[in-house]
Amino acid sequence: MAADLKPAWKSSDLMPFKYLKRKVKLKSKQQELLIRVSILFLVYVLAFIARLFSVLRYESMIHEFDPYFNYRTTLFLTQKGFYEFWNWFDSESWYPLGRIIGGTLYPGLMVTAALIYWTLRFFRFAVHIREVCVLTAPFFASNTTLVAYFFGKEIWDSGAGLVAAALIAICPGYISRSVAGSYDNEGVAIFALLLTFYLFVKAVNTGSLAWALASAFSYFYMVSAWGGYVFIINLIPLYVLVLLITGRYSLRLYVAYNCMYILGMLLAMQIRFVGFQHVQSGEHMAAMGVFFLMQVFYFLDWVKHQLNDPKLFQAFLRIAVTCTVGVGAVALGVGTASGYISPWTGRFYSLLDPTYAKDHIPIIASVSEHQPTAWSSFMFDFHILLLLFPAGLYFCFKRLSDATIFIVMYGLTSMYFAGVMVRLILVATPAVCLISAIAVSATIKNLTLLLRTKNKVSQSGSTKATSGAKASSKASLVQSQPFQGNVVIALLVGAFYLLSRYATHCTWVTSEAYSSPSIVLAARGAHGNRVIFDDYREAYFWLRQNTPSDAKVMSWWDYGYQITAMGNRTVIVDNNTWNNTHIATVGRAMSSYEDEAFEIMRSLDVDYVLVVFGGVTGYSSDDINK
Amino acid sequence: MATKPLILAVVLQLLPLLCNSFSPESPTNRRVLVLLDDVAVKSSHSFFFKSLQSRGYQLEFKLADDPSVGLQRYGRYLYDVLILFCPSVERFKGAIDPAAILDFVDSGHDLIVAADTNASDFIREIATECGVDFDEDPSAMVIDHTSYAVSDTEGDHTLIASDDFVKSDVILGSKDIAPVIFKGIAHTLNPANRLVLKALSASPSAYSANPKSKLSNPPALTGSDISLVSVVQVRNNARILITGSLKMFSNRFFRSGVQKVGSSSKYKKSGNEQFLAELSKWVLHERGHLKAVNVRHHKVGEGDEPALYRINDELEYSVEIYEWSGRSWEPYVANDVQVQFYMMSPYVLKTLSSDKKGLYSTAFKVPDVYGVFQFKIEYERLGYTSLSLSRQIPVRPYRHNEYERFIPAAYPYYGAAFSTMAGFFIFTVVHLYNK
Repeated sequence: MAADLKPAWKSSDLMPFKYLKRKVKLKSKQQELLIRVSILFLVYVLAFIARLFSVLRYESMIHEFDPYFNYRTTLFLTQKGFYEFWNWFDSESWYPLGRIIGGTLYPGLMVTAALIYWTLRFFRFAVHIREVCVLTAPFFASNTTLVAYFFGKEIWDSGAGLVAAALIAICPGYISRSVAGSYDNEGVAIFALLLTFYLFVKAVNTGSLAWALASAFSYFYMVSAWGGYVFIINLIPLYVLVLLITGRYSLRLYVAYNCMYILGMLLAMQIRFVGFQHVQSGEHMAAMGVFFLMQVFYFLDWVKHQLNDPKLFQAFLRIAVTCTVGVGAVALGVGTASGYISPWTGRFYSLLDPTYAKDHIPIIASVSEHQPTAWSSFMFDFHILLLLFPAGLYFCFKRLSDATIFIVMYGLTSMYFAGVMVRLILVATPAVCLISAIAVSATIKNLTLLLRTKNKVSQSGSTKATSGAKASSKASLVQSQPFQGNVVIALLVGAFYLLSRYATHCTWVTSEAYSSPSIVLAARGAHGNRVIFDDYREAYFWLRQNTPSDAKVMSWWDYGYQITAMGNRTVIVDNNTWNNTHIATVGRAMSSYEDEAFEIMRSLDVDYVLVVFGGVTGYSSDDINK
Repeated sequence: MATKPLILAVVLQLLPLLCNSFSPESPTNRRVLVLLDDVAVKSSHSFFFKSLQSRGYQLEFKLADDPSVGLQRYGRYLYDVLILFCPSVERFKGAIDPAAILDFVDSGHDLIVAADTNASDFIREIATECGVDFDEDPSAMVIDHTSYAVSDTEGDHTLIASDDFVKSDVILGSKDIAPVIFKGIAHTLNPANRLVLKALSASPSAYSANPKSKLSNPPALTGSDISLVSVVQVRNNARILITGSLKMFSNRFFRSGVQKVGSSSKYKKSGNEQFLAELSKWVLHERGHLKAVNVRHHKVGEGDEPALYRINDELEYSVEIYEWSGRSWEPYVANDVQVQFYMMSPYVLKTLSSDKKGLYSTAFKVPDVYGVFQFKIEYERLGYTSLSLSRQIPVRPYRHNEYERFIPAAYPYYGAAFSTMAGFFIFTVVHLYNK
């Protein structure tokens, strides 16, 4: 049955490429493997070293805000062990409420870093955990290039895979979140995201339980690492739904999705922070709905097979579909009304409706990385990929398969989300790289093919005859035109010029924009000399050394993680914005008159207040500006 | 070479003096600096000074314009108590100004201030900082036409007999006190200051005006708003006495008899001596000084103090409270000491039970809320030093393995899971090998 539904065009269309490749490179298969492996290796190394600017410029240090929390928890994990970490009740943040750290974080990143650390220690490399944390993101970025290669190979060919690996290795959209020191969930999550997608596509292509199982485990790792897993659990059902609607349902898809969904769900429930959300939260209901739809499809197929009567089956289909939809709607309605299924969260709403957050949840809208993306930042982060993306989509539509449908859907949805929120450019980056890689690879391949066929056409006519409809028509078209060889060469040179511009741009962006730790500020003095402001760290060390160990420090919530991690003092609020009331109380204390603020601070037992003032140095993001 | 033994001898002689100084262990102050306008005050008020000396205080008298006078040397205070009997001094020649005096109080030392007619701005400033405002008219005095003291010599009713004392055995002792005679200026309490209170209040018919001139406007200060003697216990438990009459400390007032006008009872001796002695005992921490020590808390059945509690733990809390009797710490007995288990608001509020030997204890269950709690005792009673103890203690939720492993209500689900597994296994076996 599955074989029947498998598209017939695939073999015929894929044929010329494979045939050609085999024909051209068969003699030098070893050579080709060597080149491929060495390119991959170079890309792997490049991806790592391109992210080390900040370490060279400043020092091996943790950047920004959230990474400090991750660093602190990792330190705790390596010192106290996993069970203490799992049950950690932190009384130093969110005073006086406290925070159950173990139950309110995604432990994937910390466990990964701790495992790397323990492995290195096992081999007697006496590294400090900070070095491991600083280099975790570049390491995983390198691994992502490997996954990108295999993914590209799966959806197109190994050439596209190589280009994809090279593109993603230096794409600024990804580098922005994975430079050395940016020890954040996204660093490992993009790896896990791409791996899950790759394994799922592989499972769909092969119909193998083993790949589906691997995909489920990869999904588990993704769930443990980042809240962005919601994207996976919504994109995959959407993809399955599209396949069902376009009549591409197959047993391979059935096996892949069911195995991945059920096992992935069960595994994801093991993460405390996620818990029962897979069966209780509105955001995960699409996956469950598609799961049931899948069973209905399978059942209908079976009934169709049994009935052998189209008329009877039509009637049955009508009743069955009506009943299913009715039961599903009632179940969803009852679940939502009784509160069993929680409604969508604000962040989810703000994704679907970009104006939602501004009206309803100002704290989400207030974060700069939740703002809608400006065009310039698209250009900044993608550069030529932005132009290659539509071209890649064209190629994907030209050669539609289950895998290309997936990458098209991934690309389109993530581009939409990237437009809604700045930070989601990160999610779109792998898709954009892959699709652009298809464009680059296919274009260059076609151009070089033209060059070769031109050379060979005089030698043998048989090559032309077997080289498929497209190539031959193009070849014959070009053959009739003058200067076609020169045009092809000019186009190739143009393509390589664009790619080299891309490489230059990426290096420049990485070194200028994305490699500043934001906790240490650098500026150019009037004479071009470099001025380093290390005031933040000095302030935190002052707190650490000069205040009593149980002092409570009130600050605007941006600095909460840093104060606890570097100053080792209790804070009232921090970057984990789980309690808006508490944040509002602090905000009110910060913005009201002294006598009123004093009362609020007394009620919170505040001993010290940390205020950032940038008036002297012209530092614009100080507290007055908040 | 001979200087060394000499210095040693001096230090040895000074040693008992140094040891007598104020300390948390024996809070009674010993070294007193008395600043005077006029040397004559030393003899005209000698009864009061003698009563202090007989209670063990070392009095050091200095004139206000003595340039050598200073409260501290090398960052350490030389005195424990400052008595300002210099109502008219405008400025000290030595290193004393209002800020220095307030610093003296802020570091836990006691102060007695007596003003009089034509009180200087210096005294007024100190009083204002302490929450007391003297009448702004420099020549005004407290006049009372219905409860003045019967006197042979004075006819302008500025010699007042008042028995409107603060009702507190802690401050004034338990014995009855005869009416106190007063002649001086009026002051009022700043309503924003919650720490100051009237030890001796004027009668409702009193007012403050210049007795020599005719009253053209209604007086600003009238009735029982007027305070004659006020006491302050500041937040660090230093105590301050402020009065508008230096004469009430004088030997003449101590000795004179008193008869309130319209009252038949005539006292042979005014209450001044007793009133001021009792009040000075309170001000100098001989009475009403509490300390809380040995705060302990632990789980029921365990002895050690844990670093944090779990929700729903049973715990015991105890504290020992003692009162300073002037010579030794005696157990403090009361039935109204309460402990709060506090996180933004009290989750548990329990009255501690006393064993009459100073130990207060209670037991309660930690609420089912996690967070950073505090054991809080806020004990504020009139006349006593305020006790404010807080001990921070985090309360954690259950660990992952502290929940019930098997819940009886879930047995059907366990059964369902295992029967499904068994059924699937059997089905597989049958399906695979039964062809």
